[in-house]
Amino acid sequence: MIVYIIRRLIAAVLLLFVVTAVVFVIFFEVPRLGGQTADDLASRYVGKTAGPEQTHLAAERLGFTDPLYEQYGRFIKGVVAGQDFDTGTSVEHCPAPCLGYSFKTQNPVLPDLLDRLPVTLSLAAGAAVLWLLGGVATGVLSALKRGSIFDRGAMGVALAGVSLPIFFTGLLALSIFSYNLKWTPPGGTNPMDQDNPWDWAASLILPWITLAFLYAAQYARLTRAGMLETMGEDFIRTARAKGLRERTVVVKHGLRSALTPILTIFGLDLGLLLGGAILTETTFSLPGIGQYAVIALNNQDLPKVLGVTLVGAVFIILANLIVDLLYAVIDPRVRAA
Amino acid sequence: MTDQEDIFVEQDTGLAAEPEPPASGTFLDVRDLRVHFPTDDGVVKSVDGLSFQLDRGKTLGIVGESGSGKSVTSLSIMGLHKEGTAQISGEIMLNGTNLVGLGRESVRRLRGKNMAMIFQDPLSSMHPFYSVGNQIVEAYRIHHDVSKQVARKHAIDMLDRVGIPNPKSRVDDYPHQFSGGMRQRAMIAMALSCDPELLIADEPTTALDVTVQAQILDLIRDLQSEFNSAVIIITHDLGVVAELADDILVMYAGRAVEYGSADQIFTEPQHPYAWGLLGSMPRLDRERSERLLPIPGTPPSLINVPEGCAFHPRCAYGDLNEGKSETERPVLRDVGDGHHIACHLTAENRLRLWNDEIKPKL
Repeated sequence: MIVYIIRRLIAAVLLLFVVTAVVFVIFFEVPRLGGQTADDLASRYVGKTAGPEQTHLAAERLGFTDPLYEQYGRFIKGVVAGQDFDTGTSVEHCPAPCLGYSFKTQNPVLPDLLDRLPVTLSLAAGAAVLWLLGGVATGVLSALKRGSIFDRGAMGVALAGVSLPIFFTGLLALSIFSYNLKWTPPGGTNPMDQDNPWDWAASLILPWITLAFLYAAQYARLTRAGMLETMGEDFIRTARAKGLRERTVVVKHGLRSALTPILTIFGLDLGLLLGGAILTETTFSLPGIGQYAVIALNNQDLPKVLGVTLVGAVFIILANLIVDLLYAVIDPRVRAA
Repeated sequence: MTDQEDIFVEQDTGLAAEPEPPASGTFLDVRDLRVHFPTDDGVVKSVDGLSFQLDRGKTLGIVGESGSGKSVTSLSIMGLHKEGTAQISGEIMLNGTNLVGLGRESVRRLRGKNMAMIFQDPLSSMHPFYSVGNQIVEAYRIHHDVSKQVARKHAIDMLDRVGIPNPKSRVDDYPHQFSGGMRQRAMIAMALSCDPELLIADEPTTALDVTVQAQILDLIRDLQSEFNSAVIIITHDLGVVAELADDILVMYAGRAVEYGSADQIFTEPQHPYAWGLLGSMPRLDRERSERLLPIPGTPPSLINVPEGCAFHPRCAYGDLNEGKSETERPVLRDVGDGHHIACHLTAENRLRLWNDEIKPKL
């Protein structure tokens, strides 16, 4: 078991290196292959009035003329030890772990991301609880009552849930519950206040439900398929032959097996969401990482986009690591492998 | 089900002529059992009028090809058919209680404690996520209100009894850490943990290699004499029933075609299908150069069972009956000493065929 954990940890670290390298190549080498020179890249970091010489100077200062591996090396060094950026007028220090420095807004990227993380975190966590409970419960009931009206109805709703995009369901929910019924604030979020957590929850309840609806639909379908398969297994027959109550058979013997594939997808989904729920945050004007990414993209602020991408990748790798470890807890056969 | 109905059904079955109508004391009394599955293509008559009796301490072997209704029979005794899919009629009297039509909850309480089952493939039949000990403890604690420690001690005892070395440490192992034979032993330990009166073993040795097969069969026999349970062995392997069974029921297309003591079936089988089964069994005392004698053809569809004798399309002697085999369904009848067969062949023909054609080739 300990060997397994160590192996997974090492794999996760290696994966991080690979992911950062790939992201780095995409951001700095692919434009070059597309015909952009170092100067073109640098032109995004200088003012609109800058001439070619100034742009070239900036490119050299930013290191865009160096070979890519040197730039990557500097970036990794920045993550580990911090990095100094010469903005031309002054030298800005970006403390470790430095995920880049935005010349547009003149600040390091990471503090921005950390500021916005709580919003994304509350959104993702709340929605995850809702969709996991709702999706799995619906899936199990559908599987047990296969072909019933409940099953058909639930699967119909699930199909709608999978097909309808957030910006449709979200806007619909906003128009009904915020603008017409005035039950919830029309967007934005309150900080998680110790005195009045209700304000915090009220501002998030619509985004939670909207986001959870999309995922719950997928999870209901997955759980249903998994349960149908598991309930036909031989060990379910054995459990019944022992004289176990049907509820125990379904939950302890059936659901536990059916949940393993769900767990994998849950890890991926949650990791991905923590890197920014772009559509939901934009629809509900939530100042989270997703919204930050959209603003950075609109401004062509490359370091910020790079930072968001890396943070997202880290979350996905971490979530996968946790899922892998949980796998070993759930399925004893994994421990041996 | 009341006693009156019981008597009524007894008179109604074709078994009225039986020499010793089983007293109410018979431990397991299956009468005219029918298990039908309605499907879009028609009704699958998996079991269609099956009757047999079994006393405690005795072993019944149910033999037949795949799809002859052996497993369906055992699952209906255990009440494991999914509600709504199977239509079960007839009677399954266990210790005087009719299991057919008994409430789901009542049958559940009997499962594990009064009747237990060993399945064919012990790997897929045990839950991969729970330790072997955990699964035995679970089976024991359903029917016994004891602490986990007591149940665990019982599980270790059971593993020891079925011959698993080092039970104290193996009890925490998972099924995938056991070998095939060990898994089947663990499965038996689980089935016997509540000391069941009826043990059904559905092809208990099919998934095991030959050396382990014999050990498992010995184990079942030893445990049976220890617990004095009634045992039903379901198999297509005549070697297995030869080892264990007191009585043998040969099934074909959901019906009994021959039913008698193991001695009768092995020394003077009377039904051509039983001859076929014996002829297709490899034997050590036969010359190796001689070919096995397979039964030609395949088992019939259970939706469109052949008219008359269900076996007639594959029977080599059907033409000796002046067409009766194609039109008239033979009734299971006593041909002496409780030996029952369902065949149109006359006694002289059967005797002649057995002595002249079949016996010399076995």
